[in-house]
Amino acid sequence: MTILAIDTSLGTSVAVVRDGVVAERSTADARSHAEHIGSFIAEVLAEANLSPKDVDTVVVGLGPGPFTGLRVGIAAGIAFAVGRGIPVAGISSHDAAARDRESCCVVTDVRRRELAWTTYRDGVRVAGPALTTESTLATDVDLAEFPEVRAAAISALDLARAASDRLARGDDLSRLTPLYLRAPDATPGSGPKRVSQ
Amino acid sequence: MTEPLVLGIESSCDETGVGIVRGRTLLANVIASSMEEHAVFGGVVPEIAARAHLEALRGTLDAAMREANIRLDDIDAVAVAAGPGLAGALMVGVGAAKALAVSLGKPLYGVNHLVGHVGADMLRQDGGEIELPTVALLVSGGHTSLLLVNDLVNDVRLLGETIDDAAGEAFDKVARLLALPYPGGPHIDRVATDGDPAAIRFPRGLTLPKDLERHRYDFSFSGLKTAVARHVETSEALSIPDVAASFREAVADVLTRKAVAACLEHGVPRLLLGGGVAANARIRALAEERCSDNGIELRVPPLALCTDNGAMIAALGAHLVARGIAPSPLDFAVDSTLPVDVVSL
Ligand SMILES: [Zn+2]
Repeated sequence: MTILAIDTSLGTSVAVVRDGVVAERSTADARSHAEHIGSFIAEVLAEANLSPKDVDTVVVGLGPGPFTGLRVGIAAGIAFAVGRGIPVAGISSHDAAARDRESCCVVTDVRRRELAWTTYRDGVRVAGPALTTESTLATDVDLAEFPEVRAAAISALDLARAASDRLARGDDLSRLTPLYLRAPDATPGSGPKRVSQ
Repeated sequence: MTEPLVLGIESSCDETGVGIVRGRTLLANVIASSMEEHAVFGGVVPEIAARAHLEALRGTLDAAMREANIRLDDIDAVAVAAGPGLAGALMVGVGAAKALAVSLGKPLYGVNHLVGHVGADMLRQDGGEIELPTVALLVSGGHTSLLLVNDLVNDVRLLGETIDDAAGEAFDKVARLLALPYPGGPHIDRVATDGDPAAIRFPRGLTLPKDLERHRYDFSFSGLKTAVARHVETSEALSIPDVAASFREAVADVLTRKAVAACLEHGVPRLLLGGGVAANARIRALAEERCSDNGIELRVPPLALCTDNGAMIAALGAHLVARGIAPSPLDFAVDSTLPVDVVSL
Protein backbone atom coordinates (compact mmCIF):
# COMPACT_ATOMS: atom_id res chain seq x y z
CA MET A 1 0.00 0.00 0.00
CA THR A 2 1.19 3.48 -0.89
CA ILE A 3 -0.13 6.21 1.39
CA LEU A 4 0.01 9.93 0.81
CA ALA A 5 -0.49 11.64 4.18
CA ILE A 6 -1.24 15.32 4.75
CA ASP A 7 -1.53 17.27 7.98
CA THR A 8 -2.07 21.03 8.25
CA SER A 9 -3.36 21.19 11.80
CA LEU A 10 -0.27 23.10 13.00
CA GLY A 11 2.31 23.63 10.27
CA THR A 12 2.22 21.83 6.95
CA SER A 13 3.47 18.25 6.74
CA VAL A 14 3.21 15.88 3.79
CA ALA A 15 4.58 12.35 3.57
CA VAL A 16 4.45 9.39 1.26
CA VAL A 17 4.96 5.88 2.60
CA ARG A 18 5.42 2.72 0.57
CA ASP A 19 6.94 -0.43 2.01
CA GLY A 20 10.24 0.77 3.36
CA VAL A 21 10.37 3.89 1.21
CA VAL A 22 9.39 7.14 2.87
CA ALA A 23 9.65 10.82 2.09
CA GLU A 24 8.44 13.73 4.14
CA ARG A 25 8.31 17.53 3.83
CA SER A 26 7.36 19.70 6.76
CA THR A 27 7.37 23.30 7.83
CA ALA A 28 6.37 24.71 11.20
CA ASP A 29 5.15 27.91 9.55
CA ALA A 30 1.54 28.13 10.67
CA ARG A 31 0.50 30.77 8.11
CA SER A 32 1.43 29.32 4.76
CA HIS A 33 -0.48 26.06 4.31
CA ALA A 34 -2.04 27.06 1.00
CA GLU A 35 1.36 28.07 -0.37
CA HIS A 36 3.21 24.88 0.56
CA ILE A 37 0.64 22.17 0.05
CA GLY A 38 1.05 21.66 -3.71
CA SER A 39 4.82 21.68 -3.89
CA PHE A 40 5.16 19.46 -0.81
CA ILE A 41 2.99 16.79 -2.43
CA ALA A 42 4.94 17.01 -5.68
CA GLU A 43 8.28 16.93 -3.83
CA VAL A 44 7.62 13.89 -1.64
CA LEU A 45 6.43 11.92 -4.66
CA ALA A 46 9.51 12.92 -6.63
CA GLU A 47 11.84 12.10 -3.75
CA ALA A 48 10.28 8.65 -3.29
CA ASN A 49 10.48 8.14 -7.03
CA LEU A 50 6.74 7.63 -7.26
CA SER A 51 4.12 8.88 -9.67
CA PRO A 52 0.75 10.19 -8.42
CA LYS A 53 -0.69 7.06 -10.03
CA ASP A 54 1.20 4.90 -7.53
CA VAL A 55 -0.68 6.33 -4.56
CA ASP A 56 -3.60 4.17 -3.49
CA THR A 57 -4.76 5.79 -0.25
CA VAL A 58 -4.77 9.36 0.99
CA VAL A 59 -4.75 10.09 4.72
CA VAL A 60 -5.59 13.51 6.16
CA GLY A 61 -5.25 14.88 9.66
CA LEU A 62 -8.64 16.20 10.81
CA GLY A 63 -7.22 18.42 13.55
CA PRO A 64 -7.87 19.79 16.07
CA GLY A 65 -6.07 22.92 14.97
CA PRO A 66 -6.62 26.46 13.71
CA PHE A 67 -9.40 26.13 11.13
CA THR A 68 -8.12 28.08 8.17
CA GLY A 69 -4.95 26.06 7.79
CA LEU A 70 -6.55 22.79 8.82
CA ARG A 71 -9.03 22.96 5.93
CA VAL A 72 -6.27 23.42 3.35
CA GLY A 73 -4.84 19.97 3.99
CA ILE A 74 -8.20 18.24 4.12
CA ALA A 75 -9.29 19.94 0.88
CA ALA A 76 -6.02 18.93 -0.76
CA GLY A 77 -6.39 15.34 0.40
CA ILE A 78 -9.94 15.11 -0.94
CA ALA A 79 -8.97 16.63 -4.28
CA PHE A 80 -5.92 14.40 -4.72
CA ALA A 81 -8.09 11.37 -4.01
CA VAL A 82 -10.76 12.52 -6.47
CA GLY A 83 -8.07 13.09 -9.09
CA ARG A 84 -6.81 9.54 -8.75
CA GLY A 85 -10.13 7.87 -7.94
CA ILE A 86 -8.80 6.48 -4.65
CA PRO A 87 -10.14 6.51 -1.09
CA VAL A 88 -9.29 9.15 1.47
CA ALA A 89 -9.19 8.43 5.19
CA GLY A 90 -9.31 10.95 8.02
CA ILE A 91 -7.95 10.55 11.56
CA SER A 92 -7.34 12.91 14.43
CA SER A 93 -4.04 14.72 14.07
CA HIS A 94 -3.41 13.91 17.75
CA ASP A 95 -3.33 10.21 16.80
CA ALA A 96 -0.05 10.91 15.02
CA ALA A 97 1.57 12.35 18.13
CA ALA A 98 0.31 9.51 20.35
CA ARG A 99 1.71 6.75 18.19
CA ASP A 100 4.40 4.58 19.83
CA ARG A 101 3.49 5.79 23.33
CA GLU A 102 1.92 3.76 26.12
CA SER A 103 -0.20 6.35 27.92
CA CYS A 104 -0.20 10.00 27.09
CA CYS A 105 -2.15 13.21 26.78
CA VAL A 106 -1.46 14.95 23.48
CA VAL A 107 -1.79 18.73 23.81
CA THR A 108 -1.69 21.22 20.95
CA ASP A 109 -2.15 24.96 20.77
CA VAL A 110 -5.33 25.95 18.90
CA ARG A 111 -4.81 29.71 19.39
CA ARG A 112 -6.95 32.21 21.25
CA ARG A 113 -5.27 31.03 24.44
CA GLU A 114 -6.86 27.61 24.15
CA LEU A 115 -5.36 24.15 24.04
CA ALA A 116 -6.78 20.96 22.60
CA TRP A 117 -6.08 17.65 24.36
CA THR A 118 -6.70 13.96 23.76
CA THR A 119 -5.74 11.10 26.06
CA TYR A 120 -4.50 7.76 24.73
CA ARG A 121 -3.60 4.37 26.11
CA ASP A 122 -1.43 2.23 23.83
CA GLY A 123 -2.32 4.37 20.83
CA VAL A 124 -6.05 4.02 21.46
CA ARG A 125 -8.02 7.13 22.27
CA VAL A 126 -9.43 7.28 25.79
CA ALA A 127 -10.97 10.77 25.95
CA GLY A 128 -11.04 13.99 23.93
CA PRO A 129 -10.31 15.78 21.80
CA ALA A 130 -11.53 18.67 23.89
CA LEU A 131 -10.59 22.26 24.59
CA THR A 132 -9.01 23.60 27.73
CA THR A 133 -6.63 26.34 28.78
CA GLU A 134 -3.12 26.38 30.18
CA SER A 135 -4.48 26.88 33.70
CA THR A 136 -7.25 24.26 33.51
CA LEU A 137 -5.41 21.46 31.72
CA ALA A 138 -4.26 19.81 34.95
CA THR A 139 -7.79 19.77 36.35
CA ASP A 140 -9.35 18.47 33.12
CA VAL A 141 -6.84 15.67 32.65
CA ASP A 142 -5.11 13.32 35.09
CA LEU A 143 -1.61 14.09 33.87
CA ALA A 144 -0.10 11.56 36.29
CA GLU A 145 -1.90 8.76 34.48
CA PHE A 146 -1.56 10.38 31.05
CA PRO A 147 1.75 12.24 30.87
CA GLU A 148 1.56 15.36 28.77
CA VAL A 149 2.98 15.33 25.25
CA ARG A 150 3.01 18.92 24.05
CA ALA A 151 3.14 18.65 20.25
CA ALA A 152 4.50 21.71 18.46
CA ALA A 153 4.29 19.90 15.12
CA ILE A 154 2.42 16.96 13.67
CA SER A 155 4.37 14.65 11.41
CA ALA A 156 2.51 13.40 8.34
CA LEU A 157 4.73 10.32 8.46
CA ASP A 158 3.43 9.49 11.96
CA LEU A 159 -0.06 10.25 10.69
CA ALA A 160 0.37 7.78 7.81
CA ARG A 161 1.59 5.08 10.19
CA ALA A 162 -1.18 5.69 12.73
CA ALA A 163 -3.75 5.51 9.96
CA SER A 164 -2.33 2.39 8.40
CA ASP A 165 -2.45 0.64 11.80
CA ARG A 166 -6.13 1.50 12.02
CA LEU A 167 -6.91 0.68 8.40
CA ALA A 168 -5.26 -2.69 8.96
CA ARG A 169 -7.63 -3.21 11.91
CA GLY A 170 -10.55 -2.49 9.60
CA ASP A 171 -11.60 0.83 11.18
CA ASP A 172 -13.91 3.02 9.09
CA LEU A 173 -11.98 6.27 8.56
CA SER A 174 -14.13 7.68 5.77
CA ARG A 175 -15.58 10.53 7.84
CA LEU A 176 -13.73 13.71 6.89
CA THR A 177 -15.35 16.30 9.15
CA PRO A 178 -12.69 18.52 10.72
CA LEU A 179 -12.43 18.40 14.51
CA TYR A 180 -13.35 22.06 14.91
CA LEU A 181 -14.40 21.81 18.59
CA ARG A 182 -15.65 25.41 18.35
CA ALA A 183 -18.71 26.90 16.66
CA PRO A 184 -18.05 29.61 14.07
CA ASP A 185 -17.61 33.07 15.52
CA ALA A 186 -20.86 34.69 14.54
CA THR A 187 -23.86 36.03 16.34
CA PRO A 188 -27.24 36.49 14.73
CA GLY A 189 -27.90 40.15 13.90
CA SER A 190 -29.44 42.16 16.72
CA GLY A 191 -31.28 44.43 14.31
CA PRO A 192 -30.12 47.63 12.68
CA LYS A 193 -28.38 50.37 14.65
CA ARG A 194 -30.24 53.63 15.02
CA VAL A 195 -28.83 56.44 12.93
CA SER A 196 -31.19 59.33 13.77
CA GLN A 197 -31.17 61.24 17.04
CA MET B 1 -3.80 21.37 -30.45
CA THR B 2 -7.50 20.78 -29.90
CA GLU B 3 -9.23 23.20 -27.56
CA PRO B 4 -8.00 22.81 -23.98
CA LEU B 5 -10.15 20.92 -21.49
CA VAL B 6 -10.01 22.86 -18.22
CA LEU B 7 -11.54 22.34 -14.81
CA GLY B 8 -12.11 25.49 -12.76
CA ILE B 9 -12.66 25.84 -9.01
CA GLU B 10 -14.25 28.88 -7.38
CA SER B 11 -14.49 29.46 -3.62
CA SER B 12 -14.00 33.19 -3.09
CA CYS B 13 -17.22 33.87 -1.20
CA ASP B 14 -20.25 31.73 -0.34
CA GLU B 15 -20.50 29.72 -3.56
CA THR B 16 -18.50 26.54 -4.14
CA GLY B 17 -18.25 26.21 -7.89
CA VAL B 18 -16.71 23.59 -10.13
CA GLY B 19 -16.91 24.13 -13.86
CA ILE B 20 -15.49 22.27 -16.83
CA VAL B 21 -15.03 23.80 -20.29
CA ARG B 22 -13.48 22.76 -23.55
CA GLY B 23 -12.16 25.99 -25.01
CA ARG B 24 -15.23 28.21 -25.12
CA THR B 25 -17.71 25.36 -24.77
CA LEU B 26 -19.38 24.87 -21.40
CA LEU B 27 -19.46 21.21 -20.32
CA ALA B 28 -20.40 21.52 -16.65
CA ASN B 29 -21.22 24.23 -14.14
CA VAL B 30 -21.99 22.91 -10.65
CA ILE B 31 -22.58 25.34 -7.80
CA ALA B 32 -23.21 24.67 -4.11
CA SER B 33 -24.19 27.71 -2.08
CA SER B 34 -24.08 28.26 1.66
CA MET B 35 -26.38 31.27 1.31
CA GLU B 36 -29.09 29.83 3.57
CA GLU B 37 -26.61 29.28 6.40
CA HIS B 38 -25.80 33.00 6.39
CA ALA B 39 -29.43 34.16 6.37
CA VAL B 40 -29.78 34.35 10.15
CA PHE B 41 -26.70 36.61 10.28
CA GLY B 42 -27.89 38.97 7.54
CA GLY B 43 -24.61 38.67 5.65
CA VAL B 44 -21.87 36.24 4.67
CA VAL B 45 -19.98 34.91 7.72
CA PRO B 46 -16.48 34.00 6.47
CA GLU B 47 -15.94 31.02 8.79
CA ILE B 48 -19.32 29.53 7.89
CA ALA B 49 -18.57 30.02 4.19
CA ALA B 50 -15.18 28.34 4.52
CA ARG B 51 -16.63 25.35 6.39
CA ALA B 52 -19.31 24.98 3.74
CA HIS B 53 -16.70 25.02 0.94
CA LEU B 54 -14.92 22.05 2.45
CA GLU B 55 -18.19 20.16 2.92
CA ALA B 56 -19.26 20.85 -0.66
CA LEU B 57 -15.91 20.15 -2.31
CA ARG B 58 -16.19 16.46 -3.02
CA GLY B 59 -19.83 16.62 -4.13
CA THR B 60 -19.29 19.50 -6.55
CA LEU B 61 -16.17 17.90 -8.07
CA ASP B 62 -17.97 14.58 -8.58
CA ALA B 63 -21.11 16.22 -9.95
CA ALA B 64 -19.15 18.36 -12.41
CA MET B 65 -17.32 15.31 -13.74
CA ARG B 66 -20.57 13.42 -14.21
CA GLU B 67 -22.18 16.41 -15.90
CA ALA B 68 -19.28 16.92 -18.29
CA ASN B 69 -18.95 13.19 -18.85
CA ILE B 70 -15.18 13.31 -19.04
CA ARG B 71 -12.32 11.38 -17.52
CA LEU B 72 -10.19 13.45 -15.18
CA ASP B 73 -7.07 12.23 -16.93
CA ASP B 74 -8.25 13.99 -20.09
CA ILE B 75 -8.07 17.39 -18.40
CA ASP B 76 -5.37 19.67 -19.79
CA ALA B 77 -5.22 22.15 -16.91
CA VAL B 78 -6.78 23.11 -13.59
CA ALA B 79 -7.73 26.72 -12.84
CA VAL B 80 -8.70 28.23 -9.51
CA ALA B 81 -9.76 31.62 -8.22
CA ALA B 82 -6.76 32.91 -6.23
CA GLY B 83 -8.41 36.23 -5.26
CA PRO B 84 -9.87 38.68 -4.61
CA GLY B 85 -12.23 37.27 -2.00
CA LEU B 86 -12.38 35.91 1.54
CA ALA B 87 -8.93 34.50 2.35
CA GLY B 88 -10.10 31.49 4.37
CA ALA B 89 -12.64 30.61 1.69
CA LEU B 90 -10.17 31.02 -1.18
CA MET B 91 -7.70 28.71 0.59
CA VAL B 92 -10.09 25.77 0.42
CA GLY B 93 -10.35 26.03 -3.35
CA VAL B 94 -6.65 26.73 -3.83
CA GLY B 95 -5.57 23.83 -1.60
CA ALA B 96 -7.87 21.53 -3.54
CA ALA B 97 -6.82 22.82 -6.95
CA LYS B 98 -3.12 22.43 -6.22
CA ALA B 99 -3.52 18.84 -5.07
CA LEU B 100 -5.81 18.02 -7.99
CA ALA B 101 -3.30 19.44 -10.48
CA VAL B 102 -0.45 17.45 -8.92
CA SER B 103 -2.53 14.26 -8.82
CA LEU B 104 -3.27 14.62 -12.53
CA GLY B 105 0.21 15.83 -13.41
CA LYS B 106 -1.32 18.85 -15.13
CA PRO B 107 -0.57 22.60 -15.01
CA LEU B 108 -2.36 24.89 -12.58
CA TYR B 109 -3.55 28.44 -13.20
CA GLY B 110 -4.31 30.66 -10.20
CA VAL B 111 -6.55 33.31 -11.73
CA ASN B 112 -8.30 36.53 -10.84
CA HIS B 113 -11.89 36.07 -9.72
CA LEU B 114 -13.05 39.41 -11.12
CA VAL B 115 -11.49 38.80 -14.52
CA GLY B 116 -13.22 35.40 -14.35
CA HIS B 117 -16.55 37.24 -14.33
CA VAL B 118 -15.50 38.84 -17.62
CA GLY B 119 -14.34 35.45 -18.90
CA ALA B 120 -17.87 34.11 -18.37
CA ASP B 121 -18.85 35.98 -21.50
CA MET B 122 -16.63 33.65 -23.54
CA LEU B 123 -19.07 30.82 -22.86
CA ARG B 124 -21.76 32.36 -25.05
CA GLN B 125 -24.51 30.08 -26.24
CA ASP B 126 -24.63 31.84 -29.61
CA GLY B 127 -21.04 30.85 -30.26
CA GLY B 128 -20.01 34.49 -30.76
CA GLU B 129 -16.56 35.60 -29.78
CA ILE B 130 -16.06 37.82 -26.78
CA GLU B 131 -15.62 41.26 -28.26
CA LEU B 132 -13.06 43.61 -26.83
CA PRO B 133 -12.54 46.22 -25.63
CA THR B 134 -15.41 46.16 -23.17
CA VAL B 135 -16.33 47.91 -19.98
CA ALA B 136 -17.41 45.43 -17.30
CA LEU B 137 -19.64 46.28 -14.36
CA LEU B 138 -19.20 43.51 -11.77
CA VAL B 139 -21.62 43.75 -8.89
CA SER B 140 -22.25 41.26 -6.12
CA GLY B 141 -22.41 40.97 -2.35
CA GLY B 142 -18.61 40.88 -2.31
CA HIS B 143 -17.54 43.39 -4.94
CA THR B 144 -18.64 46.40 -6.98
CA SER B 145 -16.08 47.12 -9.67
CA LEU B 146 -15.92 48.84 -13.01
CA LEU B 147 -13.28 47.45 -15.35
CA LEU B 148 -11.93 48.41 -18.74
CA VAL B 149 -10.88 45.25 -20.54
CA ASN B 150 -8.77 45.67 -23.66
CA ASP B 151 -7.30 42.19 -23.50
CA LEU B 152 -8.18 39.35 -21.13
CA VAL B 153 -4.57 38.34 -20.62
CA ASN B 154 -2.58 41.51 -20.38
CA ASP B 155 -4.75 44.60 -20.37
CA VAL B 156 -7.41 44.72 -17.68
CA ARG B 157 -7.73 48.05 -15.91
CA LEU B 158 -9.65 48.98 -12.80
CA LEU B 159 -11.64 52.15 -13.49
CA GLY B 160 -13.34 52.26 -10.14
CA GLU B 161 -14.76 50.27 -7.25
CA THR B 162 -16.77 50.73 -4.10
CA ILE B 163 -15.04 52.69 -1.38
CA ASP B 164 -17.25 51.16 1.34
CA ASP B 165 -20.01 48.54 0.97
CA ALA B 166 -20.50 46.33 -2.06
CA ALA B 167 -23.84 46.98 -3.77
CA GLY B 168 -25.11 43.52 -2.82
CA GLU B 169 -24.24 44.25 0.81
CA ALA B 170 -26.25 47.47 0.63
CA PHE B 171 -29.24 45.44 -0.59
CA ASP B 172 -28.79 43.05 2.34
CA LYS B 173 -28.53 45.84 4.90
CA VAL B 174 -31.52 47.76 3.55
CA ALA B 175 -33.53 44.53 3.46
CA ARG B 176 -32.86 44.17 7.18
CA LEU B 177 -34.01 47.74 7.80
CA LEU B 178 -37.24 46.85 6.03
CA ALA B 179 -37.55 43.52 7.88
CA LEU B 180 -37.13 41.62 4.60
CA PRO B 181 -35.24 38.31 4.47
CA TYR B 182 -31.67 37.66 3.35
CA PRO B 183 -30.38 37.86 0.67
CA GLY B 184 -31.82 41.32 0.21
CA GLY B 185 -31.61 41.69 -3.58
CA PRO B 186 -34.48 39.44 -4.69
CA HIS B 187 -36.74 40.53 -1.82
CA ILE B 188 -36.21 44.22 -2.44
CA ASP B 189 -36.80 43.56 -6.14
CA ARG B 190 -40.09 41.83 -5.31
CA VAL B 191 -41.39 44.48 -2.90
CA ALA B 192 -40.24 47.34 -5.14
CA THR B 193 -42.57 46.25 -7.94
CA ASP B 194 -45.49 47.91 -6.13
CA GLY B 195 -43.55 51.02 -5.12
CA ASP B 196 -42.84 54.39 -6.67
CA PRO B 197 -39.13 54.76 -7.49
CA ALA B 198 -39.50 58.54 -7.42
CA ALA B 199 -41.27 58.66 -4.05
CA ILE B 200 -38.14 59.38 -2.04
CA ARG B 201 -35.05 61.05 -3.42
CA PHE B 202 -32.25 59.01 -1.85
CA PRO B 203 -28.65 60.21 -2.33
CA ARG B 204 -26.54 59.04 -5.27
CA GLY B 205 -23.11 58.35 -3.78
CA LEU B 206 -20.04 59.98 -5.37
CA THR B 207 -21.93 61.74 -8.16
CA LEU B 208 -21.43 65.36 -7.12
CA PRO B 209 -18.88 67.31 -9.18
CA LYS B 210 -16.42 67.53 -6.26
CA ASP B 211 -16.61 63.75 -5.71
CA LEU B 212 -16.32 63.01 -9.42
CA GLU B 213 -12.91 64.68 -9.51
CA ARG B 214 -11.41 62.06 -7.24
CA HIS B 215 -13.87 59.22 -7.62
CA ARG B 216 -15.06 59.42 -11.20
CA TYR B 217 -15.89 55.71 -11.45
CA ASP B 218 -15.93 54.77 -7.77
CA PHE B 219 -19.05 53.87 -5.84
CA SER B 220 -20.23 54.44 -2.29
CA PHE B 221 -23.34 52.95 -0.74
CA SER B 222 -22.91 53.60 2.96
CA GLY B 223 -24.46 57.09 2.78
CA LEU B 224 -27.42 55.67 0.89
CA LYS B 225 -27.90 52.98 3.50
CA THR B 226 -27.82 55.59 6.29
CA ALA B 227 -30.33 57.74 4.42
CA VAL B 228 -32.69 54.78 4.12
CA ALA B 229 -32.27 54.01 7.82
CA ARG B 230 -33.04 57.61 8.75
CA HIS B 231 -36.09 57.62 6.51
CA VAL B 232 -37.38 54.40 8.03
CA GLU B 233 -36.93 55.72 11.56
CA THR B 234 -38.43 59.15 11.05
CA SER B 235 -41.14 58.63 8.50
CA GLU B 236 -44.68 58.78 9.87
CA ALA B 237 -46.43 56.88 7.10
CA LEU B 238 -43.79 54.44 5.96
CA SER B 239 -44.37 52.77 2.61
CA ILE B 240 -42.05 49.79 2.34
CA PRO B 241 -42.68 49.40 -1.42
CA ASP B 242 -41.79 53.06 -1.98
CA VAL B 243 -38.62 52.81 0.11
CA ALA B 244 -37.58 49.60 -1.69
CA ALA B 245 -38.30 51.06 -5.12
CA SER B 246 -36.59 54.37 -4.35
CA PHE B 247 -33.54 52.66 -2.85
CA ARG B 248 -33.24 50.26 -5.77
CA GLU B 249 -33.57 53.16 -8.16
CA ALA B 250 -30.73 55.02 -6.45
CA VAL B 251 -28.44 51.96 -6.74
CA ALA B 252 -29.43 51.22 -10.33
CA ASP B 253 -29.04 54.87 -11.30
CA VAL B 254 -25.51 55.24 -9.95
CA LEU B 255 -24.28 51.87 -11.23
CA THR B 256 -25.57 52.31 -14.76
CA ARG B 257 -24.82 56.02 -14.98
CA LYS B 258 -21.15 55.49 -14.14
CA ALA B 259 -20.86 52.38 -16.32
CA VAL B 260 -22.33 54.16 -19.36
CA ALA B 261 -20.15 57.21 -18.70
CA ALA B 262 -17.11 54.92 -18.66
CA CYS B 263 -18.10 53.45 -22.03
CA LEU B 264 -18.62 56.89 -23.56
CA GLU B 265 -15.51 58.48 -22.10
CA HIS B 266 -13.31 55.58 -23.21
CA GLY B 267 -14.99 55.20 -26.58
CA VAL B 268 -15.99 51.61 -25.82
CA PRO B 269 -19.28 50.54 -27.42
CA ARG B 270 -19.82 47.53 -25.12
CA LEU B 271 -20.88 46.96 -21.53
CA LEU B 272 -20.78 43.60 -19.79
CA LEU B 273 -22.70 42.94 -16.58
CA GLY B 274 -21.45 40.31 -14.15
CA GLY B 275 -21.99 39.24 -10.55
CA GLY B 276 -25.18 38.22 -8.78
CA VAL B 277 -26.65 41.72 -8.75
CA ALA B 278 -26.93 41.47 -12.54
CA ALA B 279 -30.05 39.43 -11.72
CA ASN B 280 -31.73 42.54 -10.35
CA ALA B 281 -34.60 43.40 -12.67
CA ARG B 282 -34.34 47.18 -12.36
CA ILE B 283 -30.57 47.29 -12.79
CA ARG B 284 -30.84 45.24 -15.95
CA ALA B 285 -33.71 47.31 -17.31
CA LEU B 286 -32.00 50.62 -16.65
CA ALA B 287 -28.73 49.32 -18.10
CA GLU B 288 -30.60 48.22 -21.24
CA GLU B 289 -32.34 51.56 -21.56
CA ARG B 290 -29.24 53.68 -21.08
CA CYS B 291 -27.07 51.48 -23.27
CA SER B 292 -29.51 51.55 -26.16
CA ASP B 293 -29.90 55.35 -25.79
CA ASN B 294 -26.15 55.65 -26.20
CA GLY B 295 -25.52 53.05 -28.90
CA ILE B 296 -23.80 50.68 -26.46
CA GLU B 297 -24.18 46.92 -26.76
CA LEU B 298 -25.19 45.42 -23.39
CA ARG B 299 -24.15 41.86 -22.64
CA VAL B 300 -25.42 39.88 -19.69
CA PRO B 301 -24.34 36.23 -19.43
CA PRO B 302 -26.99 33.73 -18.26
CA LEU B 303 -27.56 34.03 -14.50
CA ALA B 304 -25.74 30.79 -13.63
CA LEU B 305 -22.64 32.32 -15.23
CA CYS B 306 -23.18 35.76 -13.64
CA THR B 307 -23.18 34.62 -10.03
CA ASP B 308 -19.90 33.18 -8.74
CA ASN B 309 -19.18 29.90 -10.53
CA GLY B 310 -16.38 27.58 -11.52
CA ALA B 311 -17.16 27.65 -15.24
CA MET B 312 -16.01 31.26 -15.56
CA ILE B 313 -12.75 30.36 -13.84
CA ALA B 314 -12.34 27.40 -16.19
CA ALA B 315 -13.13 29.60 -19.20
CA LEU B 316 -10.48 32.12 -18.21
CA GLY B 317 -8.05 29.26 -17.59
CA ALA B 318 -8.77 27.78 -21.02
CA HIS B 319 -8.16 31.18 -22.57
CA LEU B 320 -4.79 31.45 -20.80
CA VAL B 321 -3.83 27.96 -22.01
CA ALA B 322 -4.87 28.78 -25.57
CA ARG B 323 -2.84 31.98 -25.47
CA GLY B 324 0.24 30.08 -24.37
CA ILE B 325 0.48 31.75 -20.97
CA ALA B 326 2.76 29.94 -18.50
CA PRO B 327 1.04 28.17 -15.60
CA SER B 328 1.28 29.54 -12.06
CA PRO B 329 4.06 28.36 -9.76
CA LEU B 330 2.79 25.68 -7.40
CA ASP B 331 3.56 27.77 -4.33
CA PHE B 332 1.43 30.84 -5.00
CA ALA B 333 -0.54 32.33 -2.11
CA VAL B 334 -4.17 33.39 -2.14
CA ASP B 335 -4.56 37.16 -2.29
CA SER B 336 -7.77 38.53 -0.80
CA THR B 337 -7.14 41.87 -2.50
CA LEU B 338 -5.64 40.65 -5.78
CA PRO B 339 -5.64 43.64 -8.18
CA VAL B 340 -7.49 43.20 -11.49
CA ASP B 341 -4.42 43.80 -13.60
CA VAL B 342 -3.02 40.52 -12.25
CA VAL B 343 -5.04 38.13 -14.41
CA SER B 344 -3.09 35.04 -13.40
CA LEU B 345 -0.32 34.41 -10.91
ZN1 LIG C 1 -17.86 37.45 -7.86
